[in-house]
Amino acid sequence: MFDSLSDKLGAVLGDLRGRGRLDDEAISGAMREVRLALLEADVNLEVVRGFVERVRERALGAEVLKSLTPGQQVVKIVHDELTDLMGSESAGLKRTGFSVILLAGLQGSGKTTTAGKLARALKAEGRTVALIPADLQRPAAIDQLEQLGASIDVPVYRTDTKDPVRAATEGRERAKADGCDTVIVDTAGRLQIDEELMGELVRVRDAVRPTDIVLVLDAMLGQEAVNVAKAFQERVDFDGVILTKLDGDARGGAALSVRSITGKPIFYASTGEKLDALEVFHPDRMASRILGMGDVLTLIERAEQAASEDEQAQMEERLRKGQFTFDDFLSAQRMLRRMGPLQGILKMLPGVGSQLADADIDENKMKRVEAMVLSMTPRERSMPHTIDGKRRQRIARGSGVSVQDVNQLLEGRKVMEKMMKQVGKGKMPSLPGMPKMPGGGMPGMPGMPPQQTVAPRSTAPGAAGRKHGKKKSGRR
Amino acid sequence: MARSWAELLGDDETAEAREEERRGFFGRLRESLSKSRRALGDQLAAVAFDPGDSESWERLEEALLMADVGVPATVELIRRLEARADLSDFNEALAEEIAGLMGEPPVLNVHHSPAVILVVGVNGTGKTTTIGKLARKLHEHGRKVTLGAGDTFRAAAEEQLEIWAERANATFVGGERGADPAAIAYDAIQAGGDVILIDTAGRLHTQTNLMDELAKVRRVIAGKLEGAPHETILVVDSTTGQNGLQQARLFSQAAPITGIALTKLDGSAKGGIAVAISHELGIPVKLVGVGEGIDDLRPFDADDFARALVSS
Ligand SMILES: Nc1nc2c(ncn2[C@@H]2O[C@H](COP(=O)(O)OP(=O)(O)OP(=O)(O)O)[C@@H](O)[C@H]2O)c(=O)[nH]1
Ligand SMILES: Nc1nc2c(ncn2[C@@H]2O[C@H](COP(=O)(O)OP(=O)(O)OP(=O)(O)O)[C@@H](O)[C@H]2O)c(=O)[nH]1
Ligand SMILES: [Mg+2]
Ligand SMILES: [Mg+2]
Repeated sequence: MFDSLSDKLGAVLGDLRGRGRLDDEAISGAMREVRLALLEADVNLEVVRGFVERVRERALGAEVLKSLTPGQQVVKIVHDELTDLMGSESAGLKRTGFSVILLAGLQGSGKTTTAGKLARALKAEGRTVALIPADLQRPAAIDQLEQLGASIDVPVYRTDTKDPVRAATEGRERAKADGCDTVIVDTAGRLQIDEELMGELVRVRDAVRPTDIVLVLDAMLGQEAVNVAKAFQERVDFDGVILTKLDGDARGGAALSVRSITGKPIFYASTGEKLDALEVFHPDRMASRILGMGDVLTLIERAEQAASEDEQAQMEERLRKGQFTFDDFLSAQRMLRRMGPLQGILKMLPGVGSQLADADIDENKMKRVEAMVLSMTPRERSMPHTIDGKRRQRIARGSGVSVQDVNQLLEGRKVMEKMMKQVGKGKMPSLPGMPKMPGGGMPGMPGMPPQQTVAPRSTAPGAAGRKHGKKKSGRR
Repeated sequence: MARSWAELLGDDETAEAREEERRGFFGRLRESLSKSRRALGDQLAAVAFDPGDSESWERLEEALLMADVGVPATVELIRRLEARADLSDFNEALAEEIAGLMGEPPVLNVHHSPAVILVVGVNGTGKTTTIGKLARKLHEHGRKVTLGAGDTFRAAAEEQLEIWAERANATFVGGERGADPAAIAYDAIQAGGDVILIDTAGRLHTQTNLMDELAKVRRVIAGKLEGAPHETILVVDSTTGQNGLQQARLFSQAAPITGIALTKLDGSAKGGIAVAISHELGIPVKLVGVGEGIDDLRPFDADDFARALVSS
């Protein structure tokens, strides 16, 4: 959506040279596109309205008038506003002498899993952590927490009772008596309109006196996010949010809605089912994600995880030499596969996402390309310039495609190599239709994994302290 | 007039009467209360709409967007309504158009014995709970039910399903943590019964390896029993936003979806994403979840759904 937002804004706002003024009509058209893009990303309609108003005001200002490419300028305003809204401060859980963290949220949002994740993270900080199950409702909820606790060697204090308030208080007291300095209370999922259960949550809160109340929210939430956040804020006044299931491709507009309605910070991003999948929340990345502009930094991290150290070293070597052979192509392709479905990956690329948003990407086409490469001899793969007409015919026959297809592939490789050369020399290959964003552009050729060319990780905002590579393909 | 279980299952109505009896006084009271809440919303919407007034159309558009129907399906609905000559009974017209987008009243294909129903979806939508509730309904309607614990990944997933099996009087087939879910599906069919419900681990549609695993579960089921799975139900949380479309698209690629179970409709979320899914992919909603209790599952009724969608 976004890249098309960028394109659409370009089209609506047009070329201002010789005009020098944005008229109302142009601005309204642009704001319509912004509105649609945000709705598509599940930002709440009411939030969208206020947001679009602010963007309109800024767009009417001087910056856009002076700009030769007002479309991109508006995109930048939208992105800046979003980032501002998402919050720049990196808020986190309080670390007090005795910390009590209370987790609450809708059914299935990820509370119990998050309890395990927080326990793991806080334990790693050297704290003595306990888990308290106060979900006496869902079948096997306590078993679930106990199994999670056992897997990270964190004790779970269960109390045999039907009263969640008692379960929470007794668990807390026993954990404290045993010398724990951090207790994490897992509660049952509840609908914000369920008076009885919301009342129960208030009683649990009053009984355990949390240092932090965390609202656990599913990133796939739609318009309802606002109602949920409002109600939980009114009833228990939570301190922050943990956004879960961000490993998927939800645009996560809910994050924006909740931020702007409650003003509460987002503490962490939860990005997987395993207990180590808890990440620092990056407002700027979230802004890009909501706009669908590609989440380059996340993409790089994923690529890093998918690539073995050998492969990374190899890639760097290629980059240095400015080479790109079909052997490189094959290993890149394999790596790409490990990173998840092509569609999801391409969507993270600025300048690529939109065209593919609805048209299904043809994984078969990828396979066809792979078949062509596999029909080459090893020599041909490592020395593509030796592939003459006759060889092209043979490759086409061997992979069941036309000679034109083979020609196209060979051309594509040349372009890629040229790009690699630029990158190797430290230049950023520019992408059409992309505003300059922090983090720069990237070679947006499908079929190629990103290289370490964009914003070296060490300088990426907030990237410090995150775990590196070596995670086997990043999943289960 | 809500759709009955007998209609959904394609049975005669006698079993339905038994169910009515069993549901008892409080069940009926609860239902009638929730109905009156809805009726109020209906009225509000009815008073508000004036086809000659552009603000009315805007409000309608907003109501649909706020219900997560999404831009394309909203535009389509409004186009269809505008094309209508007579909008004097606006709510009726709207309900008809929405119902029209959502297709024929669904039937759950359980007339083979055994019939296999594979239940899939992203994490935490309500798969296991829906299986428990459905097992109970099938049991009430005279089916012998077997549950296969195909979620071998999540902590205590098996224990959870086993509790539901007990509650629903169903046979339970499990395996070890980390076991091959396809093997468990196979065992469950082997164990027999009139209807075999297979639970699966929650998975995001973007996880290729897990989607491949799902495709394999399906293949093994199909290999074990011709014509199976007779239903593949995608469980969608009604609070889901536009991502639901992508879920439906990609799950369909791994295992063709025959119906949607829309859960958590007891909340204030309207579940409009189901309209978008039906509209774009032609997948019908078959079941709705309206609570955490064992009786909180209903056959989907487009009319009821449509009315609730735009009520406040
Ligand atoms: N992919 C993914 N799955 C997650 C994430 N967090 C939780 N899950 C999964 O979501 C499902 C629900 O998680 P739970 O922790 O049981 O959710 P809950 O909020 O405790 O659920 P209730 O107690 O029933 O309300 C499980 O399948 C989890 O494995 C995440 O960040 N990514
Ligand atoms: N209010 C309400 N809660 C529901 C409904 N259906 C399921 N739930 C709750 O949602 C939570 C998740 O349900 P599960 O059945 O465990 O979901 P799942 O899809 O099997 O989850 P995973 O296996 O972890 O992916 C539980 O707390 C259920 O009680 C419903 O219709 N209404
Ligand atoms: Mg839980
Ligand atoms: Mg489950």
